[in-house]
Amino acid sequence: MAASEVLEPVTRRATTRTRRRRRLPGSKAAYAYIAPFFLVFGAFAVYPWLDTAWVSLHDVSLTTYDKQTWVGFGNYRNLFTNDFFWNAFKNTITIGIISTVPQLCMALGIAHLLNYRLRGRTFFRVAMLMPYATSLAAATVIFVELFGYDYGLINWVLHNLMHLPRIDWQGSKWPSQIAVSTIVTWRWTGYNALIYLAGMQTIDQGLYEAAALDGASRWQQFRYVTLPGLRPTILFTIVVSTIGATQLFGEPFLYSPIHQPDGGTSGYYQTLGLLMYQQGWTYDHLGLASATAWTMFVIIVLAVVLNTWLARRSYGRVAAMQTTVKQAGQR
Amino acid sequence: MQHRHIRASAFAASLVAVAALALAACSSSGNTANTAGPTLDAKAGICGTAETTTLTVGLFGTFGFKENGLYDAYHKLCPNITIKEDDVEQSADYWTKLKTRLASGTGLDDVQAIEIGFVADVVQNHASQFVNFASLPNSAALKNSFYPWKWQQASNPDGSATVGLGTDAGPEALCYRTDLLQKAGLPSDPATLATKWTTWQDFINFGKQYEASTTKQAGSHFIDSAASVFSTAVYQGKEAYANADGQPDVENSDGVQTAWKYATQAAEAGITAKLQQFSDPWNKAFASGSFAALACPTWMMGYIQGQAGPSGSGHWNVAPVLPGGATNWGGSWLGVPNAAKNKAAAVAFVEWATNKDQEVTMWASKAQGGHWPSNQLAAEAPAVKNAKSAYFSNAPVGQVFGKIAGEMKIPPIGLYDTQIQSVFTTQLTNVETKGTSADSAFGDALDQIKQITG
Repeated sequence: MAASEVLEPVTRRATTRTRRRRRLPGSKAAYAYIAPFFLVFGAFAVYPWLDTAWVSLHDVSLTTYDKQTWVGFGNYRNLFTNDFFWNAFKNTITIGIISTVPQLCMALGIAHLLNYRLRGRTFFRVAMLMPYATSLAAATVIFVELFGYDYGLINWVLHNLMHLPRIDWQGSKWPSQIAVSTIVTWRWTGYNALIYLAGMQTIDQGLYEAAALDGASRWQQFRYVTLPGLRPTILFTIVVSTIGATQLFGEPFLYSPIHQPDGGTSGYYQTLGLLMYQQGWTYDHLGLASATAWTMFVIIVLAVVLNTWLARRSYGRVAAMQTTVKQAGQR
Repeated sequence: MQHRHIRASAFAASLVAVAALALAACSSSGNTANTAGPTLDAKAGICGTAETTTLTVGLFGTFGFKENGLYDAYHKLCPNITIKEDDVEQSADYWTKLKTRLASGTGLDDVQAIEIGFVADVVQNHASQFVNFASLPNSAALKNSFYPWKWQQASNPDGSATVGLGTDAGPEALCYRTDLLQKAGLPSDPATLATKWTTWQDFINFGKQYEASTTKQAGSHFIDSAASVFSTAVYQGKEAYANADGQPDVENSDGVQTAWKYATQAAEAGITAKLQQFSDPWNKAFASGSFAALACPTWMMGYIQGQAGPSGSGHWNVAPVLPGGATNWGGSWLGVPNAAKNKAAAVAFVEWATNKDQEVTMWASKAQGGHWPSNQLAAEAPAVKNAKSAYFSNAPVGQVFGKIAGEMKIPPIGLYDTQIQSVFTTQLTNVETKGTSADSAFGDALDQIKQITG
């Protein structure tokens, strides 16, 4: 392949200085091939990332952009002693858990079912992706209607069919967080299910046959063949979901009845993303908003590292168990 | 065009605000030929220039110029000028974009609309970047044609700089449902109500009578929200959210104290429908009849017609009174950035678009009228002064709002009025719907306001 011919000299170039010089034209071509990506990456990721860090150390308003004053870590100090930040931080974690955990579990189950030979399997697979392809704004409008206090379908079912009290899905803490999480779950479950399905199809069918021969039930097959085989896929979805949950913005923003980034009248579902938007665009404190952005970045890195570690550790246990099962079978 | 556009409709637009901001610096205003000099040349005639020019006009929401045929009329008057409108749906997004362009000095339209929500910011931080209408040769005549408070809101305290000329304004009265008041066995003719609703205390007592009525429409309340009381009463003080220097000062404001007192009284007396203004349930309540009255700036009449629909015609009326005295809600100006490519032509257009005849059209037009003139000569014109609204039981709206607009004394407006007001009205919703005590809600509001004022 042309690409590998071009790339090869790069890996070898450290051998001798003279050889490297002679091979340089080839290296240049390789750099030219990868340059567009890194130029775009630099302009739209690295530069804003560094600039945000710089801005976060200043007191900046868009309206007086030429008058930026250096405040050092003042914005961060403000943030960490700020009740609104900690409220948003906690909300982000709780909404993240309420939305991600059921979402990934359901996705796994659905993928497992879709992996069987079903009638109309393609239809189900495409249908799974429909929520993901639906406009977030349109979907959220529908959910706001469903969760309406007086006329919402959910309260109608609760009140008129089940004779339970109505729930204030806007004005109470947990109901509003559950409502927002429902939108997230609805939107992303199918997407994750498809990714799991793709992962499942790379698992060798022979393993299932062997397990079946050994008398493993469907559940045991899922537990000891599918799950370990999906390990890298599960890790990937956990990482992506963690990032998504930390940055959650659109759903809670549109769920607010007046479309403000305040997370309801008491900030019950104000996430870090909404807080950052409010600080930066509604209140015009770009320095503080940048500090929030950087804090979110650090939180994401920490959360991903933690999740990866947890996932690896629990996988370790499964793998150990698998070995025990195998050994038991051999005996 | 008014305050309401911050929240009304097409909210998805805000999602792309960040993206729009990133692109704003790159986009150009798309001018074609222009050679108009930087100085304002009176000899170029009423059009500001004799050259063939494309004039760009930056607006937000539905401003109504295009809908009411102003651009076509101007093109007939000045055939060498073609107007290109550059409209942003939400005024908050428009303002972010404008700030970005002012900071970079590029991409500015020849004419930029300025809303009451950010006019104080423009005056305090950007006056030097806009054409100063107070220093034009004809500034005295211009100034005299506008309501003094309207001119002042777009000027610095000593009046030496004025960043724009007024388009519409929002003098306030009370709109109410005659049928609902009748059902509740209460007086419903405007003349009687004018005597019963002169103070907020009387107004709240009237509301208690409504709630106590055994015949009132089931589930309905007297007014839409405590915010209706608050947002109106706060601007009846000597100060609202800012002191005389335009700096945010909530704790020492008489307007805030009085407004909070009456708004929480209304909430605690249960005379409100507990709705958040501009939310979907509030919009729906106009048609379902969940409340009998609300604070009603001129533009709210159009809003009511839009929400309540044709079947509401004749059920509504306007009381020629505002408890606590005359005040204003909303309104805009047209300014010309000094960096505009066609400055002279832009100034000429702004003077034309805000003069008597055009502001009469903007009020009287069948297409998208109802914009109350901030030009007081226009307000005196028969087409405005004698206007009656069929939808509102033939209320003499021209007279009612003309009188209120003429009596107005407006406290200074500050940088964060919109944001601070939104905090207070949000906390009022907590008092109404969650039974939060007035004091604790006020404390929460002050905490949030510290986030705004820094």
